Amino acid sequence: MMKKINLNVNDKHYAIEVDIKESLLDVLRDRLHLTGVKQGCSVGECGACTVLIDGTPYNSCIYLAMWADGKKITTIEGIEKDGQLSKVQQAFVDEGAIQCGYCTPGLVMTTTALVESGKKYSDEEIKREISGHFCRCTGYQKIFNAVKKSLDE
Amino acid sequence: MKEKVIGNRASRLDAVSKVTGKAKYTDDFFEREMLVGKVLRSPHAHALIKHIDVSKAKSLEGVEAVITHEDLPKIKFATAGHPWSLDPNHRDVADRLILTDKARYVGDSIAAVVATDHLTAEKAIKLIEVEYEVLPHVLDAEEAIKPDAPTIHDEKKDNIISSFGQAFGDIEQDFQQADYIMEGVYETSIVQHCHLENHTAYAYKDTDGRIVIVTSTQIPHIVRRVVSQALGLSWGKVRVIKPYIGGGFGNKQDVVIEPLTAAMTLSVNGKPVRYQLSREECFIGTRTRHAIKFYMKTALSKDNRLKAIHIKAFSNNGAYASHGHSIIMSASSKFRPLYHFNSVKVEPKTVYTNLPTAGAMRAYGVPQICFALESHLDDICKKLKLNPIEFRKRNLISLGHVDPLSKIKVRSFGIPECIQKGKELIKWDEKKKSYENQTGEKRRGLGMACFSYFSGTHPVGLELAGARIVMNQDGSIQLQVGATEIGQGSDTAFAQMAAEVLGISMDMVRVISTQDTDIAPFDTGAYASRQTYVSGAAVKKAALEVKDKVLKIASRKTGLKVEDLDIVDKQIVEKDLGTPLCSLEEIAMLSYYDRIHAEPIKSDTSENIRTNAVAYGVTFAEVLVDMVTGKIEVLEIYNVHDSGTIINPSLAEGQVHGGVSMALGYALSEKLMFDEKTGRPLNHNLLDYKLQTILDTPKIGVGFVETYEPTGSFGQKSIGENPAISPAPAIRNAVLDATGVQFNKLPMNPQAVFEKFKDEGLL
Repeated sequence: MMKKINLNVNDKHYAIEVDIKESLLDVLRDRLHLTGVKQGCSVGECGACTVLIDGTPYNSCIYLAMWADGKKITTIEGIEKDGQLSKVQQAFVDEGAIQCGYCTPGLVMTTTALVESGKKYSDEEIKREISGHFCRCTGYQKIFNAVKKSLDE
Repeated sequence: MKEKVIGNRASRLDAVSKVTGKAKYTDDFFEREMLVGKVLRSPHAHALIKHIDVSKAKSLEGVEAVITHEDLPKIKFATAGHPWSLDPNHRDVADRLILTDKARYVGDSIAAVVATDHLTAEKAIKLIEVEYEVLPHVLDAEEAIKPDAPTIHDEKKDNIISSFGQAFGDIEQDFQQADYIMEGVYETSIVQHCHLENHTAYAYKDTDGRIVIVTSTQIPHIVRRVVSQALGLSWGKVRVIKPYIGGGFGNKQDVVIEPLTAAMTLSVNGKPVRYQLSREECFIGTRTRHAIKFYMKTALSKDNRLKAIHIKAFSNNGAYASHGHSIIMSASSKFRPLYHFNSVKVEPKTVYTNLPTAGAMRAYGVPQICFALESHLDDICKKLKLNPIEFRKRNLISLGHVDPLSKIKVRSFGIPECIQKGKELIKWDEKKKSYENQTGEKRRGLGMACFSYFSGTHPVGLELAGARIVMNQDGSIQLQVGATEIGQGSDTAFAQMAAEVLGISMDMVRVISTQDTDIAPFDTGAYASRQTYVSGAAVKKAALEVKDKVLKIASRKTGLKVEDLDIVDKQIVEKDLGTPLCSLEEIAMLSYYDRIHAEPIKSDTSENIRTNAVAYGVTFAEVLVDMVTGKIEVLEIYNVHDSGTIINPSLAEGQVHGGVSMALGYALSEKLMFDEKTGRPLNHNLLDYKLQTILDTPKIGVGFVETYEPTGSFGQKSIGENPAISPAPAIRNAVLDATGVQFNKLPMNPQAVFEKFKDEGLL
């Protein structure tokens, strides 16, 4: 069954018809070609497909596209502004937190949400917040540093 | 003043591309009306396929093709990512069909569907009717070689892929004359790479009739060869393109899905077909790390010197040979240039079982043998009441050591300094004293383990690398290599090498990161931690050739001799005085537009490396063991490496962090489990298979002892796989120190620890 939905993705409006079974991930990748959103498991285990829905990080692979009707979606493609890396992106580059890069977009999204929350996080809280993201390359060391740097005033 | 680029903490060349989501991986390319391929997998661990009826599946709307082994060439091929060998006796075991005619493990590929979309493909898979005759199966390597075990491949009736071993010295005499003989049995379990990007590829037929495959691989040139062999095509008929890849760790040093992807497109007249594995398929349908059981027996003299070691090993290879016996051969070669033995005898058996196929995984057999050897050494120390650090130091080989079998010579040897540095970092002596005689519910312990590893595969494998440089009008360059960037940072390291030789800045080097077998120089790929050492030599050669051409033009222009000139900071200078003569850009412009001598500056080189360099390292770990729950917490962990010159400390630290993290999982939580009765996988997903999260991972300390390796083009040795080798035995030895209990089987997860404590009467 198809359903017509309105999406705001990275400040751009889309009116599209989606299958009610389609995940937001598939719509973002296959229909809108926002391929910075990565697929690692399709069942909400790895965090690679994380996007912000009204500012909150979600695994887009287990979020139905039709649930996103009328909501504001931000993907990694919407983070860079006027050709400038965001503070979070710059911190990931500067701290050497990137290796194969497949988990990076998802981590940047969750970190962006942490920064935008305006809250303070202890080291343990930072770890808890990003523990939904698997990374097999970095041992999380430089990722942790990048998140911490992103949250620094 | 000449700026050093080697040794700089340069940012990755692809960092911005990856952090903005612009870097394109295999799944990020789209073709118009791309079809979807899916595979029917065997539900049985071992079964004959009596009959396959695909008629219902074929008639489903949206299904374009259904293929089985009957539709494909009956050519058995080998999948391992090794260079081709002209010697037929030195080739990998060819035991695969693109789709099998007999089920050998739960998950074996029986039939494939090509359809317009995923759902249709999945529906069609369910409509394929297969009549199986279920056979008895065997999962354990030692069981599989018993006379009454079921035969898995008719070509190897006894299920033994190979039992070729290695030996030197008079082992019988050494054991006869020994003052002490120590024995121990050590076992590792099956784990999986879990790169974040699953195996994925798409293929189509080009207008010239050739098959084009875009794939997530570490070894594009080998993929081209194996696909051609599997389909019986001439090698030039296949073109392989490797874009960015989301991790490999050895699992993509194997030709896993590309032959079938090619067969899928051929089944639909060359229309584009995407074949991507789900995470669950990736766990069982690709490769795993071999579980190996070691029986170690060691002869010692009463002055605590190692005399002889006799190792019997059973390596569980699963259903197909893949890298097969090379894994245990690598293990039995690479541990040798560390401790001095008069005699060594390794008797391995690599065995087929009805499990997913084991293949290459980060450090290729060495994490397994290191766990066995380093645990065994600590068990010896415990029994003989020796200090494990002093015992190891006493038995180390020395600089100049030549291995009697491989003839590899140790030309740089930083392990003594690595041990010293690690000991200081963890404050060994101080802590050791305060942890004596613990009796509480929570106990602390310290442990360490050493390793040796090679840089590439010489002398076993061909070590050929290619590099190509084109200089632009402004003096900047394109560097093209055949070696693949898989996240480890090799492109950035190569750029640093080229910039160093050519006296240019990093922003003047553009590395073409995509390998396309039509245009990329020939290189066998990313494996064996060979890239900075082997491919780096080709980059240096290409850069030196370009430099020579630049200086020849400069010589013509200035009248000075080539040997009196140099390039420093984008300027041509007179070497001794350092005086700038002209800019590099002027020379580059002459090379393009001089009316008489114009010839753009470029190089296209190969290096066939016929040396190897032994890298070293050590792990020191401190643990806190909960004697009631069995939970082991790693409080501190340090890896100190001798990898020769460190080309980029930031990237090298990244390799150590990732390797240690992977090894923490190997030691404490990861194990792919199977139901004994059915052979079915029990935890082939990221929820039930326990990878380390950030919450599980302690701070990982990194140290380097920078020796200079004379055979390295810049003094460098391997680093990529090395950090994954020694943490597991170091943690195990720390647990031994804390509890007095010998854990001889990985992983040491809370359940295993709890059960062992019960067996030992501690609970």
